[in-house]
Amino acid sequence: MSNDSAVRFRGVSATVGGRTVWSGVDFTVDAGQFAAVLGPNGVGKTTLLKAILGLVPTSAGTISVFGHRPGADRSRIGYLPQRHAFGPSVRIRGIDIVRLGLDGERWGTPLPSWLQGSKGRAAAERVREVIRLVGAESYAHRPVGQCSGGEQQRLLIAQALVRRPDLLILDEPLDSLDVTNQRSVSALIQSVCRREGIAVVMVAHDVNPILPYLDRVIYLGHGGAVTGAPEQVITPEALTALYGTPVDVLRDRMGRLVVVGQPDAPPEHPHDPEAHA
Amino acid sequence: MSPTSLLEDLFAYPFMVNAFQAGTIVAVAAGAIGWFMVQRRQSFAGHTLAVIGFPGAAAATWLGSNPAVGYFVACIGGALIIAALPHAGHIGGETGGVGEESAVIGTVQAFALAAGFLFVSLYQGFLSGLNNLLFGTITGVTTSQVQMLAVAGIASLTLLAVIARPLLFATIDPAVAASRGIPVRAVSGAFLVLLGVAAAGTSQVTGSLLVFALLVAPAATAVRLTARPDLGIALSVAIALMVTWAGEAIAYFSPYPIGFWVTSIAFAAFLAASAVSALRERRGRRRQRRTKEAVA
Ligand SMILES: Nc1ncnc2c1ncn2[C@@H]1O[C@H](COP(=O)(O)OP(=O)(O)O)[C@@H](O)[C@H]1O
Ligand SMILES: [Mg+2]
Repeated sequence: MSNDSAVRFRGVSATVGGRTVWSGVDFTVDAGQFAAVLGPNGVGKTTLLKAILGLVPTSAGTISVFGHRPGADRSRIGYLPQRHAFGPSVRIRGIDIVRLGLDGERWGTPLPSWLQGSKGRAAAERVREVIRLVGAESYAHRPVGQCSGGEQQRLLIAQALVRRPDLLILDEPLDSLDVTNQRSVSALIQSVCRREGIAVVMVAHDVNPILPYLDRVIYLGHGGAVTGAPEQVITPEALTALYGTPVDVLRDRMGRLVVVGQPDAPPEHPHDPEAHA
Repeated sequence: MSPTSLLEDLFAYPFMVNAFQAGTIVAVAAGAIGWFMVQRRQSFAGHTLAVIGFPGAAAATWLGSNPAVGYFVACIGGALIIAALPHAGHIGGETGGVGEESAVIGTVQAFALAAGFLFVSLYQGFLSGLNNLLFGTITGVTTSQVQMLAVAGIASLTLLAVIARPLLFATIDPAVAASRGIPVRAVSGAFLVLLGVAAAGTSQVTGSLLVFALLVAPAATAVRLTARPDLGIALSVAIALMVTWAGEAIAYFSPYPIGFWVTSIAFAAFLAASAVSALRERRGRRRQRRTKEAVA
């Protein structure tokens, strides 16, 4: 399977501003797998994504992305950075934002597609297709600043997908969404990654809404990490050892795992297992 | 008066031909560059560059050289300095420009105005020139000035055409743009220089204090009417041209200065567009509510 692996970390350490953020991190994400990077604020989740992109140098170990060093071929990667939502003053349509994902870095002027011949028509068709894929048809022509947080997030995922990447890197895409939207956007990401065979590495603050969709988890904490399949990593023993505070893992009535007591978890998830049923 | 005799009357003097040529060049550049400035929320930086042009032009006059050169040197120099400041991309932008930086820029504006007045008073007998520098004139545009504006206009529009797409990306989403390998800092710096050129050119039509009429108002109007980039830029240029031509024609037949007319017409267009977009939004909300009720 290692030939298929999209991202492979072997004993990797990252140093930012002279301080080692985490070290000895090992994991593999294969094509078509959905991996989550989890942990409290400031633990180095964004740093890990930037290391995959080759934007942050590593101080030990090796990272390979499709068998090459990070940053060697960014065209196979769709990246959605950690962000705040577009404010109401942003007067650009969602479809234009998606289009920038296709060729936004090319020098020149964005002309209307009817002026660009067959290439322009193909580009416009690809943009329409990916907007359909994320279910954004009904609001893609509105100014993006007037779209809700969930709608903006779908458009940004479409932007990251428009060049048919093999690897999708998402930094807290569920950040500003309510629980319903967190689930539906997670389900969308999972279905895209299964259907198109795309590997996904996504940073999330809270594991519970996305747990049913995950193939891999990378839990960061205290300068290290525990990584692997959710059943291996999401255990009271592994998480308690990582964080040094008691962490419980419960099963709700549907048999789903629920993590309780992880440091820095959002307050809207009560420490009462019944509430999650 | 028939339309043809009106036009004949309008262009009877060479100075009016110069004024229309200058106005046309400036309107096209200001309309296009202004659209990006409004999207980048850098109107404050644009106004500052225009105000910096005033002491430049006044100093050039005092030193006996061409005020047009003074505008360009001061505005482009100012743009390069702003671009070199740390966090230059944020001035007037989404994330900054309201705190300390706007205090610094406000101080720079006041100093520029004061320095301009100093140069004007050093150059005695220049009082009507002061009005022209601050509020514009249609009688003062020379043929060599038109040539200089044409060169600056073509150069800046060419550069804009080359960087437009990455500039739009860096404007809307700097983090994603940077991850795609766009040199965001360099592109933002290049845009500030374009803004300097546009401010210098516009100052020569509307005066330093009224550049908003051509640099901000048409673009802000266009942005209210459409969220499409291609259409928005075209609309912004069209409105700037309309405003300039109408302003110059009315100024010719009236005793009041061009800056007043251009500003008033631009402001009227902006108000009309705001009303249209408010109406549209209300209608959109009502339609949404109706769809929701129909679903329920
Ligand atoms: N540019 C930087 N310079 C110095 N320290 C940084 C920089 N970026 C991040 N850090 C530090 O690195 C650590 C990890 O940051 P980050 O990866 O953003 O965490 P997370 O995404 O998990 O919240 C934090 O302690 C942060 O303060
Ligand atoms: Mg982060």
